[in-house]
Amino acid sequence: MSSAPENNAVPGLHAEYKYGFRTEIERESLPPGLSEETIRRASEKRGEPRFLLDFRLKAYARLLETEPPTWGQLERPDVDLQKIVYYSAPKKKPAHDDLASVDPELLETFEKLGIPLEEQKRLANVAVDAVFDSVSIYTSHKRKLMEMGILFCPISEAVREYPELVEQYLGSVVPPGDNYWATLNSAVFTDGSFVFVPPGIKCPMELSTYFRLNDREAGQFERTLIVAAEGASVSYLEGCTAPSYDSNQLHAAVVELVALDRAEIKYSTVQNWYAGDRETGAGGVLNYVTKRALCKGADSHVSWTQVETGSAVTWKYPSCVLQGDRSRGEFYSVALTNGRMQADTGTKMIHVGKDTRSTVISKGISADRSSNAYRGAVEVRAGADRARNYTQCDSMLAGPECSAHTFPYIRTRNPSARLEHEASTSRLSEEQLFYLQSRGVDREAAIGAVVGGFCKEVFRELPGEFAAEARQLLALKLEKSVG
Amino acid sequence: MLRIQDLRAVLTENGEEILHGLSLEIPDGEVHAVMGPNGSGKSTLSKVLAGHPAYRVSSGSVLFDGREISELGPTERARAGLFLSFQDPVEVPGLGNLDFARMALDARRDAEGRAPVSDAEFSEAVDRAMRLLKMDDRYRSRDLNAGFSGGEKKRNEIFQMLLLSPKLAILDEPDSGLDIDALRVVAEGINSARSPERSVLLITHYRRLLDEVKPDAIHVLAGGRIVRSGGPELAEELERSGYDGIEGKA
Repeated sequence: MSSAPENNAVPGLHAEYKYGFRTEIERESLPPGLSEETIRRASEKRGEPRFLLDFRLKAYARLLETEPPTWGQLERPDVDLQKIVYYSAPKKKPAHDDLASVDPELLETFEKLGIPLEEQKRLANVAVDAVFDSVSIYTSHKRKLMEMGILFCPISEAVREYPELVEQYLGSVVPPGDNYWATLNSAVFTDGSFVFVPPGIKCPMELSTYFRLNDREAGQFERTLIVAAEGASVSYLEGCTAPSYDSNQLHAAVVELVALDRAEIKYSTVQNWYAGDRETGAGGVLNYVTKRALCKGADSHVSWTQVETGSAVTWKYPSCVLQGDRSRGEFYSVALTNGRMQADTGTKMIHVGKDTRSTVISKGISADRSSNAYRGAVEVRAGADRARNYTQCDSMLAGPECSAHTFPYIRTRNPSARLEHEASTSRLSEEQLFYLQSRGVDREAAIGAVVGGFCKEVFRELPGEFAAEARQLLALKLEKSVG
Repeated sequence: MLRIQDLRAVLTENGEEILHGLSLEIPDGEVHAVMGPNGSGKSTLSKVLAGHPAYRVSSGSVLFDGREISELGPTERARAGLFLSFQDPVEVPGLGNLDFARMALDARRDAEGRAPVSDAEFSEAVDRAMRLLKMDDRYRSRDLNAGFSGGEKKRNEIFQMLLLSPKLAILDEPDSGLDIDALRVVAEGINSARSPERSVLLITHYRRLLDEVKPDAIHVLAGGRIVRSGGPELAEELERSGYDGIEGKA
């Protein structure tokens, strides 16, 4: 075990994807392959309660009868589930509220990723849960949150500590049979975050999870469950990176949000998984994610914000079921594709309750030979009187060989609904960059300024310094693609 | 300030030569006008000087403030004190007009080793320039050139020039498409920027602007070369005999 992390990146890629290093740590794993036996053994190793094992086995039975979805503007490499490792954990099992017991290699890795866990960062008012190959490493601020009755911990811990809450809500928004990847996740999910905010409590800080894929064969199957009780509010941030490999890594996550009466949940993602080789598209993360929110209570409000900049293939539709009367759902998205990346992403807004409102702002940026599709559905059920939706889809093309697609689906069974859809396509041009540069702005900042302007409505939804970070990330990624 | 010697420039894309051995010198503090018929290479000259990637200098030299700049990128030239006012400035939706002005000003200050501009200093400089150019307050909240009329864009270019105080301002047809009142305002902006430390290269089609901004010299550009240079009186001759007459005497 060396203290300097080994760089396993494909030659020449290191400069392009700075998170492409791998950390050598001692691990305990089950052999690759998926079977009922693997699920039972992994569940036992984690010390899970009976209800969860049943949940997993039911999902597994269902998985055997299901096929991966083939719709989407995507060419997908085959995934062999039998080659994936479903249980892989760092050997030094960390006690989550004691930083000293966390493997120093891991801490160094998170340091390098810019995810600070140290005490000093408590001042920054962000509580961090770090998930390394789907095992939660450390949850900061836990005690402070506990005093307010806010539960923020790895879901693996929540199933033991708060089994009744988990049992009540797990699978209540994304049922195990929802789609192939969600079914797989339900059968094998490893870890993720659990948040419960009790009635009337406004969470005083951003809750944050940092996901890191490290192990070459291990799939990442994280599961996140956030419940905001009556009148509660919480803002949650998710960030992700992975090492560079030459074979695909599967990431099949499920995120469920439940907002009760007057509750508010804001969920933000900055996704920067390894995207594969720029020229051939080899390697890279297959990002098949099911994210859904249930606005269960009246006047509840859920807002999804995502900045998707990585992965070889992204298939992801953070959605809202607007069940409570006057509930509101929002989706703000920036999806950047370059190299040979493919993204098919968007949202579903399902209006069930009366006077429900939804807003969809999608910004797609495509460069090089990538393909970028927005796929969105707005559905108004019969009882959803006076439902309103506003959708805006803007595409920006940077380069002659990329493509942008928009697939809006609108279904309404209520004549009082009011739905608006706007779309535009523009080009990130050399003339724009030259203009900005001719005023002394450097090229990277010029790209950042043009792209930042294009994404303004989305970036302003991101909490604090995340907006600046996201803008910089996009500029870095586009710099090599433009001109 | 600016010394162009036997400059040849080609299109980066296919190597076609656009400027065929152009020479021009602008001493410190002088305003020189470059006139010429359509397609003579006036806009090309301005872009080549500012470092547009579509053009490449194949031979000759461009000395700016004693420094050879023909190999520098556009950012470096600007940071060295060169400014180009565009004939048709691009629109950048979502990027605040003043946010950009400030970004540019800070880049310029950074190049001079100065700290970023303070809020107070910036707002004072903005107020002063806006007053001079009779710009209304809407400019403050709008995005960079987004939805601006042609005249508003020109005014915004001169506004940025005043803010950035470049050593050399290249103004590519700052008068095209302006009505007479707007033309006067723009001319006033240019005149206010005249100083012994600043030179101006003024590209125009029309004499009208030269009545308002009196140049120290006039050069006639035709076929990618300066074919004639002279004092302000050259403008009158041009008006009488047209470019054809001038070229004939070259």
